[in-house]
Amino acid sequence: MEPRTALAGPDGPRGRAVAPLVELRNISKHFGAGETRVDALRDVSLDLHPGEVIGLLGPSGSGKTTLLNVIGCIVEPSSGWMRLDGETVYDEKWLRHDLRALRLEKIGFIFQFHNLLPFLDSTDNVAIVLDMARVERGAARARAVELLDYLEVGNRRNAFPASLSGGEAQRVAIARALANRPRIILADEPTAALDSQRAGIVMDLLRKVARDQDAAVIAVTHDEKIYNRFDRILTLRDGRLDGEEREIR
Amino acid sequence: MNLALRDIRHNLGRFLLTCVGLSLLLAVVLSMIGIYRGLVADALTLARAPGADIWVVESGTRGPFAEASRIPGDTREQIARLAGVAVAGSVTFQSIETFHRARKLRLQIVGYEPGRPGGPAEIAGGRMIARSHFEIVADQRTGLALGERLRLGRDEFTVVGLTRNMVSSGGDAIIYMTLLDSQALQFELAPPAARREKARGAAGGGIDTVNAVLARVAPNASAIEVAEAARRWKHLSAMTQGEQETILTRSVVEKARQQIGLFTSILLLVSTVIIALIIYTMTMDKLKEIATLKLIGAPDRRIVALILQQALAMGAIGFGFGAMLIVSVKDYFPRRVLLQPEDGLMLAAAVILVCVLASGLGVRLALKVDPATALGS
Repeated sequence: MEPRTALAGPDGPRGRAVAPLVELRNISKHFGAGETRVDALRDVSLDLHPGEVIGLLGPSGSGKTTLLNVIGCIVEPSSGWMRLDGETVYDEKWLRHDLRALRLEKIGFIFQFHNLLPFLDSTDNVAIVLDMARVERGAARARAVELLDYLEVGNRRNAFPASLSGGEAQRVAIARALANRPRIILADEPTAALDSQRAGIVMDLLRKVARDQDAAVIAVTHDEKIYNRFDRILTLRDGRLDGEEREIR
Repeated sequence: MNLALRDIRHNLGRFLLTCVGLSLLLAVVLSMIGIYRGLVADALTLARAPGADIWVVESGTRGPFAEASRIPGDTREQIARLAGVAVAGSVTFQSIETFHRARKLRLQIVGYEPGRPGGPAEIAGGRMIARSHFEIVADQRTGLALGERLRLGRDEFTVVGLTRNMVSSGGDAIIYMTLLDSQALQFELAPPAARREKARGAAGGGIDTVNAVLARVAPNASAIEVAEAARRWKHLSAMTQGEQETILTRSVVEKARQQIGLFTSILLLVSTVIIALIIYTMTMDKLKEIATLKLIGAPDRRIVALILQQALAMGAIGFGFGAMLIVSVKDYFPRRVLLQPEDGLMLAAAVILVCVLASGLGVRLALKVDPATALGS
C-alpha cells in the first residue's frame, strides 16, 4: 500500500493511456449559509478510469453520499468543474439541463437495499431503464434476460422482488444498473445487506462488469470484508479526500 | 411499459378494495341524485297524468296541491262552455291510510270522471274503470293485484287496472276511482255521524264538491287566454299546466328538493376530499419507487402518468361499480330513484375531473420528491 493522489496520471491506474471517465476538479459543495453553513465537500479533485473499481470510505458525515450525488448529477456542486464520459457537465454551473436524461445515458446506480420496483418482475425491473430510453420492448426484454443470465439470476427472470433473496435482488439491481450500458456505475453500500459470501460475489460481479464493459465503478462502503476487492480506496474526511490513497491491486 | 397498470395488477386486491369503497360512496351520490330527480318526477307525475292544459281551482288559492281547493261540482259545465275548451273534467284528491292484508297502506285517491281528463295516462295491466262504482285502478306500488278487493271507507272496491310509477308528491301510491265514489269516500258521513248532524239541525248539504276542474283546450286555442277567461268571468283561479308544475316543484317539494340538493352537494364535496386523500396516500406509498425512478432517469411525464392513470382507473372503476350497484338496487328504495343517463354522464365527468384535480396533489408531491432519497434509504 503506498500513498497516491486521487488524480491518477495520464497513464491511468494500470498504466493504460486512457481518458478518465470521471474527472472532478476542485468540486466543493456547501449547504446553508452563514453560521449554519456546512461544507460537505471541499475542493475534491478526482479521476476515475475505465475498468477501475474504487472504494469510497469515510466516517459518517464526511461527504461520501454528497460526492456520490454530485457525480450522479443529483446534487449541484457549489463550485468546481466536472466531466463525465468525455462530456463537461458542470463548470461552475450545470451545462446540461436534462440531467435525468444524462443519468439515463451515462450512469448506473446500485443501491444499498436494491430499490427494485416491487410491482415489476426481474426482467421488467431491468427492461424499464431501456423502456425509458425508448428501446423497443422486445429488444429491451431480450437485453434484460441477457443481463440476468450474465449475472446468473436468469432462472429468476419472472420473479417479483418480494420473492428474491437479498443476493438475487442485488444482482437484479446490478443488471438494471447495466441495462443501458452506462460507463459510470455508482454504488451506495452495495453489500451492506449481504453476508460476506454474497458480498464477495457481488463485488466480483462489479469487477467483471468494469472489466467487460470498460466501465468505472465507485462504491461507498463501510464493509471491511470487501476492501480487498477494490483497485483503489479513497477516504473522505470533513469533505476532503485525504491525501492518502490506498492502492489495493 | 405501463407502470400504473403494473402497479395495479401487483396490488390488485388492495386496489379493488379501494375501488369498492369509492364505488359505495359514488353509489350514495348517484342514489341521492336519483332520489332528487325522483322527488321532482313524483311531484309532477300526478299533475302530468291527466294531460290537462288548464287547472281551475277555488278562487284565491293555488290548489289543489299547494293549497286546499273546493269548488262546486257543476263548475265543470261552466268551464266546458268557455270558448277554446275542448273537454273538461272534475277531479278530487285525498290522502287516505288503510290496512290491507295486515299491512298499512298510504294512498292518494284520485276521483275522476271516466272519459274526461283526470284519469291515469296509461294502464300497465288490466283495464280502465268501466263501471260507475266500486272499481279502482291502483298503482303497482300498492302491492295490489288485479281482481283483488280493497276496503276503503264503508265500501269494497275491486282492482280492475294497474298503473306504474303513479305516486303523489309525498310518495304515496295513487288509486283512481270514479268521481262519485271519491266524493262519497271524502264527504259522505257514516250513518251515526249523519244522524248526529241531523239531530243538531245542521243542513244535510250535498256532496257534489270537487277539488279542481281540468280542461284541455282546442288545438288552435291559447291555454293562457282560456285561463284568463276563467279567472275573469267565472271568478275562479286558473293556472296553465306549466304554472301548476312550477307551483309543484317550487312550492310543494321545494324544501325537500333543496334539502336533498344540498346533501348531494355535500356528498360530492366529501367524495372529492376522499378521492384526493386516497390518491395522495397512494402516492405517499410509492415515494421510494418514485425517487428510484427519478434517479435512474425517468422523465416527469412517466411519473405523472403513473399517478394520473391510477387515479383515473380508480375513478372509472369506482363509478362503474357504483352505477351498477345503484341500478340493481334502486327499485328496492321506498321512494322512486330516477336515474337519468345525463345525470350519470355528468357525475362520471365530475368524477373524472375530481380525479384529475385530486391527482394534482399527488403529482405535486411526486415531482417534489428528491431523487437523492433513493440513495442510502
